[in-house]
Amino acid sequence: MGSLVDPEYAIYTQGLTKSFGSHNAVDHIDLRVPKGSIFGFLGPNGSGKTTTIRALLALANISSGEVSLLGYKVPEEIGLALPKVGALVEGPAFYPYLSGRDNLIRFDCADRYADPSTRLERVDQALARVGLSQAASKKVHAYSLGMKQRLGIANALLQPRELLILDEPTNGLDPQGTREVRNLIRSLASEGITIFISSHLLVEIEQICTHLAVMSMGKIVAQGSVEELSTSEIRELTITTNDCERGIQALKSIGITATATGDVLKARIPHDQVAPEVIVRVLTELNVGIKGFTLLAPTLEERFVSLTGEGFDVAR
Amino acid sequence: MLRGRSFVGSGSLFISELSVLFRRRRTWAMLSTISLIPIFLAIAVALSGSALPPGEGPPFLDRVSQNGLFVGFTAMIMAIPLFLPLTVGVVAGDTIAGEASTGTLRYLLIAPVNRAKLLFVKFLGAAAFSIAATFTLMITGIIIGVILFPVGPVTLLSGDVVSIPQALLRIFLVAIYVTISLLGLSAIGLFISTLTVIPVGAMAATVVVSTVSQILGTLPQLESIHPYLLSYYWLGFADLLRNPMDLGSMASNALLQLSYIAIFGSLAYSRFTSKDILS
Ligand SMILES: Nc1ncnc2c1ncn2[C@@H]1O[C@H](COP(=O)(O)OP(=O)(O)OP(=O)(O)O)[C@@H](O)[C@H]1O
Ligand SMILES: [Mg+2]
Repeated sequence: MGSLVDPEYAIYTQGLTKSFGSHNAVDHIDLRVPKGSIFGFLGPNGSGKTTTIRALLALANISSGEVSLLGYKVPEEIGLALPKVGALVEGPAFYPYLSGRDNLIRFDCADRYADPSTRLERVDQALARVGLSQAASKKVHAYSLGMKQRLGIANALLQPRELLILDEPTNGLDPQGTREVRNLIRSLASEGITIFISSHLLVEIEQICTHLAVMSMGKIVAQGSVEELSTSEIRELTITTNDCERGIQALKSIGITATATGDVLKARIPHDQVAPEVIVRVLTELNVGIKGFTLLAPTLEERFVSLTGEGFDVAR
Repeated sequence: MLRGRSFVGSGSLFISELSVLFRRRRTWAMLSTISLIPIFLAIAVALSGSALPPGEGPPFLDRVSQNGLFVGFTAMIMAIPLFLPLTVGVVAGDTIAGEASTGTLRYLLIAPVNRAKLLFVKFLGAAAFSIAATFTLMITGIIIGVILFPVGPVTLLSGDVVSIPQALLRIFLVAIYVTISLLGLSAIGLFISTLTVIPVGAMAATVVVSTVSQILGTLPQLESIHPYLLSYYWLGFADLLRNPMDLGSMASNALLQLSYIAIFGSLAYSRFTSKDILS
């Protein structure tokens, strides 16, 4: 068991809980974000992602549990951790009557560790990094949502960072912009920066993440490296046939309970229960005509949905 | 490039705060409106001729047409009960709630800025606006007075006559006096601003506090608490217009305002440093 100042982890929480009244928005979560990882923090709307991030950054008080950020205890030592952390929390926010550049200057002035003599240079570098150099002198109220999102990322990059916490950074970006952000994140990660990125869409971040945690109703329901989470013990069996009844009988004889919809039989079986050739042999022996046959591990996406539920309603 | 860029770039959070405050159109709209008070007053007096008998209308009004230097004093007396507290209420009520409502507060705090320091800088910003407001009023008053009326040595309330430079010094002191008067209200606005994320609510509540204080100040039944009211010394700057100058009410006012700053500053501090930032 890692100690609170375990240098392996950029973010480490133990039983982190944040409640609003009697409702636990974040419910005893144990986050383990390894240094150098690109950590995807997944969960549907209202599952507690932003609330967790607020607690990590000491914007909100912790109800119970322990948090360490880059080895510093939160909230006691947050002032030591924050200069090394860039963050986007619940979308970007700016002074609409100031230009993009002046907004970054404003936030940099608030950073008590920032060197004023390099301020303008750093601001312009950050703007260039997110492709906003051309629009830097435009007032933010004239920015599109995607431009604001980029400016928010630029704000997180005003200083060399060890950790970036990005809450839904691709929200509002077009496919091109999403790709650019993904590439930016890859290049930042290649510089050794740990990236913690929240999203409610697995497809948005699946390709870049090395680790994932899945939140549902304030709890972490899965966490680990992408390989660990992709190795599933369950296989999905799909058989297309015009003789469903006999097909079900045949599968039952080898211990598989299948359900039929139209001319499709479906079943979920443990990966080592029975080999595919055995299933096919049993079906042909009983003269069940096979028009299609697949035995697949579920995709990460399907597992994500099975963990968090698919309904449209927000959990709470 | 001037454009305020190098200005913000070189300074601390306080300079940044001033730069943000004074680049808002709202700030300039309020200062412009303040400057209209002496302008309208002077024009009205000029148009109505010099026939106003002494003692009618606001104090000093009868003297304006004889000496343009009185425009500033008279306008100040008119602006103290409502207009100045209104504008200071807008700025002080907006300090924290305004940043919270736009969401910029969370980005300031993770920049990172210490919460206590941010609060202090916000108070200084509101104080800077109070200075800007009182001096805008006084300086516009002098200018319009010089344009429309004769200007000469000023007869004080004690009957003594002082030279023009002496009179300008008194005008300067009155502006300082009124600025000090507004500091307690700024602290109250700052505290209310930490209670909400709706800036208009905080602004309105602050203005209500100043109004209630003045209403209580008119009730003779409450005479025992009058000296502790925020607005007790607000109109007390007449003492600066006597010879020899009486700085007693200036000192008592400063002490009273300081107590309000201490009380509401601590309340704001304890509230803000323990608050969840959820906006
Ligand atoms: N200020 C608040 N007061 C009370 N409850 C809150 C507050 N903020 C959030 N919650 C509750 O906390 C839970 C988690 O909200 P949170 O914003 O963390 O979700 P999220 O995972 O970030 O969702 P989204 O994907 O929509 O951004 C929700 O049930 C929400 O109702
Ligand atoms: Mg969120």
